[in-house]
Amino acid sequence: MSKFVWVLVVALIVLHQDNWFWSDTRLVFGFVPVALLYHMGISTGAAITWFLATKFCWPLDDARPAASPGG
Amino acid sequence: MSQLLIICGYLALLLLLGLFASRLFRGTTQDYMLASHSIGPFLLLMSIFGTTMTAFALVGSTGESFKQGAGVYGMLASSSGIIHSLCFFVLGVKLWKLGRRNGYTTQIQFFRDRLDSDKIGLLLFPVLVGLVIPYLLIGVMASGTVINKVTAGIVVPATGELKDATFSEGTFPEFLEQGTNGFTGEDGSRGGVPKQVASLAICLVVLTYVFFGGMRGTAWANAFQTIVFMILGVITFVVLAEKIGNQGSLLANLREIAAHVPKEKLTRDHVFKLQFFTYMLIPLSVGMFPHLFQHWLTAKSASSFKLPVVAHPLFIMIVWAPCVLIGLWATSDLVNVPPPIAANQNAILPWMVRKFSSPELAGLLTAGVLAAIMSSLDSQFLCLGTMFTEDVAVHYLGKDRLSDRQVVLLARGFIVAIVALTYLFSLAEPRGVFTLGVWCFSGFSSLFPLVFAALYWPRLTKAGAYASVIAAISSWIYLFRDSGYAAEETYTVTFNLGGAEYHVMPVALMFAASATTLIVVSLATKPPGEATLRRFFPDRFA
Repeated sequence: MSKFVWVLVVALIVLHQDNWFWSDTRLVFGFVPVALLYHMGISTGAAITWFLATKFCWPLDDARPAASPGG
Repeated sequence: MSQLLIICGYLALLLLLGLFASRLFRGTTQDYMLASHSIGPFLLLMSIFGTTMTAFALVGSTGESFKQGAGVYGMLASSSGIIHSLCFFVLGVKLWKLGRRNGYTTQIQFFRDRLDSDKIGLLLFPVLVGLVIPYLLIGVMASGTVINKVTAGIVVPATGELKDATFSEGTFPEFLEQGTNGFTGEDGSRGGVPKQVASLAICLVVLTYVFFGGMRGTAWANAFQTIVFMILGVITFVVLAEKIGNQGSLLANLREIAAHVPKEKLTRDHVFKLQFFTYMLIPLSVGMFPHLFQHWLTAKSASSFKLPVVAHPLFIMIVWAPCVLIGLWATSDLVNVPPPIAANQNAILPWMVRKFSSPELAGLLTAGVLAAIMSSLDSQFLCLGTMFTEDVAVHYLGKDRLSDRQVVLLARGFIVAIVALTYLFSLAEPRGVFTLGVWCFSGFSSLFPLVFAALYWPRLTKAGAYASVIAAISSWIYLFRDSGYAAEETYTVTFNLGGAEYHVMPVALMFAASATTLIVVSLATKPPGEATLRRFFPDRFA
């Protein structure tokens, strides 16, 4: 599952660089430019991806490490 | 006058909150600098988001979208939503764990231990401070400009007469009121609060709650201010839609205005594709922001990071999407931005609010912009005070020679000195400081390979780290000079391949120089010692 989440992160970055709507002048709902709505979708996708990452790839257990520098 | 009263009311409210937070101060160094590692998920989300969002999120986003069209949301906002959370997840959680285990307060303490080198501090300290100072100046100068613009009168072009000014000529000393072209000139105070006075007021308010409340006061103030600027951004969007659209409902207003926006502004044709791609490296700067490192260490537990990681992209969308749309509306013939305002894109949002809404809303929006500025300034002031205390004074005097109370006193002294110096620098109005923002971020981004390798690559050596920092800063200085010291606002590095011309952001070259040098020099030099590897990579070198 954790590999799947990292694949999602890479996919998100690839989708962020899309070419499909680069010059699209249409308005969705009559007021949102496609280029803006697409990237609002990317923002929402990022939140979902990071939610999955916190569920399945969390790097630490939630216990607090024993507390307490200079080389 | 009502704008000024609203601004004063907001600042008074903030001071009260700061004084309330200071009553919770426990008197220890840990509490002053890191809130005793007691910050839970909600407060961590709000303080991190407030710190990373500057005035650029409200004023700059509107101006950029006015200039470049809808593509700026993808270039600046959705990319940050992906990359910021990536940094919190991949770097923040791990640094928090190491910080708790080893008692770190600053980045330099971590790098000194990880690289087994005391002198890395001497190289990194001036670099980090040098990159934060212009960032601070932008905030201090922007706050003065915003308050002056919203309280100043409007000059009637035909008669040269001043209308709706808050103060009459002679209220303040002459040197504060008169610009090169007099009281009503472009740089005169025009009957508003003089910029120098407004900046001083903001510095004093921030200094008060940081001085007394430390990190806990800063976290509470950040949370409050983040809520303020998020709500006021949405209110501004709705009010402007109603006033510009002039239709029956919000949806009808939005459709009416959108129909008048020029087609070319709805696309991303204004941005080069490789420039769009390499812009994605700029949000990596959060991985090396010293003030964000300090916020990460305040977390109560690892799970405190989960909410900030998930909600950060959505919060960016809530703030940025309305502002980008407002910037697009400004390009329509329903708004007709006059040429002097269009030439200064940061003036677009304040001008629209003044033209289309009441003085009360203008005052509230100004409070929102100030909230965005101050929620970054406070963390940066506290962070620099902490760095001077921990990385210089305590490190070289010796921790055993100073009591906890003396360290807090020292930190407060450094914070007062930094605020005073920043304010004095701002009076000189350094040329082009506003164009320095992206260069500061690029500098921090070019140091990202260092922090990433320190956490995930055991083979990173002391020499590799030194070479990486030197390569990052050398390439930064070279490109900064090539851009005419940021005089060329839309500077990109251009190169030809196979007859085609490509434009990349300068950060791409800095990042490549830093990463390549780090890898090559580390592989060519002696690996770190066993003790260091066991300490920082216990799973692999147990």
